[in-house]
Amino acid sequence: MNSTFSSKFLLAPSVACLTAVLLGVGCGGDSSSPAPAKGDAAAPAAPVAKKTIANIGSDTMVNLAAAWAEAYGQVDKSVSVEVNGGGSGTGMAALLNGTCDVANSSRKIEEKEVTELKTKHNKEAKEFMVGYDALSIFVHKDSPLTEITMEQLSEIYKEGGKITKWSDLGVTVPGAKGDEIIRVSRQNNSGTYHYFKEAIVGKKNEFKLGSLDMNGSKDVVDLISKTPNAIGYSGMGYATADVKQLKVSKKKGEPGIAPSIATTLDKSYPIARPMFLYTAGEPQEHVKKYIDWIMSDAGQKIVETTGYVPLPKK
Amino acid sequence: MTSKRGTLDLLSERAIEALIRLCGISAIIFVFGIFFFVFREGAPFLRHLDLTEFLFSKAWIPTSQTTPRYGVGALIVGTLSVTALAMAIAVPFGLGAAVFISEFCGKKTKETLKIVIELLAAIPSVVWGFIGLGVMSPLLITTFHTPIGVNMLNGALLLALMSVPIMVSIGEDALKAVPDSFREAAIALGATKWQMVYRVLLPASKNGLLAAVLLGVGRAIGETMAVLMATGHSVRIPQSIFDPVRTLTATIAAELGETSKGSDHYQVLFLIGVLLFSITFIVNLTADLVVKGIRKQ
Repeated sequence: MNSTFSSKFLLAPSVACLTAVLLGVGCGGDSSSPAPAKGDAAAPAAPVAKKTIANIGSDTMVNLAAAWAEAYGQVDKSVSVEVNGGGSGTGMAALLNGTCDVANSSRKIEEKEVTELKTKHNKEAKEFMVGYDALSIFVHKDSPLTEITMEQLSEIYKEGGKITKWSDLGVTVPGAKGDEIIRVSRQNNSGTYHYFKEAIVGKKNEFKLGSLDMNGSKDVVDLISKTPNAIGYSGMGYATADVKQLKVSKKKGEPGIAPSIATTLDKSYPIARPMFLYTAGEPQEHVKKYIDWIMSDAGQKIVETTGYVPLPKK
Repeated sequence: MTSKRGTLDLLSERAIEALIRLCGISAIIFVFGIFFFVFREGAPFLRHLDLTEFLFSKAWIPTSQTTPRYGVGALIVGTLSVTALAMAIAVPFGLGAAVFISEFCGKKTKETLKIVIELLAAIPSVVWGFIGLGVMSPLLITTFHTPIGVNMLNGALLLALMSVPIMVSIGEDALKAVPDSFREAAIALGATKWQMVYRVLLPASKNGLLAAVLLGVGRAIGETMAVLMATGHSVRIPQSIFDPVRTLTATIAAELGETSKGSDHYQVLFLIGVLLFSITFIVNLTADLVVKGIRKQ
């Protein structure tokens, strides 16, 4: 009898283990489909417990959105804001699928997204402009270059562009090995990459191959600070003491403009873009309160402290 | 009573046997399952794909609004060149360390070395990536006077450091498996220690050492995070070991997260997955065939 029992005891846990593993695998495979359902369920349940606001979208804005969410936790303790990055496109997709309350976007909503929202959910997209993001052109702090034109930038970055060496720009970088311009760029799903492509490279052109494609805004600045020959673009807020921001002019002969809050607001700095929040239809009461708070002085102060450009004061 | 116990015993015996059998073949099921999944996601794009362009073109411009180009030639060259350079660094070090640990050092040194080398294997690849970015990159710029520190050599050094522990522990096992009678015979014939290693032990443990090297190669090809951070992530055919490169794995890691499901770009990334799968399959198959070939002799 003993032998039977012992084998049974051995058997039971191992069967349980295996079942658990199999179930786990089964759940893992399907995880994408229950996710939207969860989002739907959260909305009606919200008034009972702590209300949540699901906030998804732009990677450029993710630091800002997280700072807002944290500060708002002190303002209204009954609401918790859950922030996720993933890119502007991810935010829009979540808005269309009904899995987020507020989508962050560093680009304007596209026509086809507006129509899809209308046909699918019969809702208008509501747009809130919450601030600006200025792209700085960074070089190493030892570089003698102080100014660059948008045409030069385009020749440096676009496929077939003629500028490949620092001597083409009329400078030699002290302490650098060789003359080649090392182009630092972003991975091709970044919102910053797309904006830079649209503003500088041109919609119909491609980036010159062979740039170093970094995975984050901060990585770009880090790499440039260690590489005397490098040039790159990133948000103004990511500037450090080890890199230099160039003045940018639209055309040769025009004065170069340094990126700052003032030059972004008066639109003289040429590479800056607005940042938006989108909701599907009129926002619910607690969401509306959150957005109003973002537009208020307290919310706009955070825009400035995180390195972005706040809306002009009324 | 006895007959009842017999049937019960028989039943549990059967059940356990079935369970163990399931565990045994689960590996096959998982491998085929994964291959099927990866292939299914990428397969629809095969119809539009020009295979020569895919494999040999170096233009990887998947997000173009006008004409996206999907050429992974530069990425394949990137993966292979980083791996080859890593192996050129790691094989002498790894096998040398294995020989030293198994034949030349004292018992105490041996234990310490083994523990430290196992620690080396436990360092996560993201941490290696940080070392590449923060420590190696400035070091390479000042030592070799290169314009850029995140390059092929940086990635290869990291990969070498990551694959050395595997080579050492498997290589050491292979050497240990050579019977002591071989060593005794060699020494009795008047061989020095080095002659014994070179003429007797290395030929006798050839298979195991080859397996050690190939596992290191597998580790290097599949590594993602460290190479993403340390190689510069730049689409180009490298002209020297100081040029930045981009690997197949790093491309998938950097781009898959935000492509919309089912888009061309998404499907091509999965095809890169199939390609990686095939490369490792070929490496393993050659290893098996070579080892079998050696055995027959």
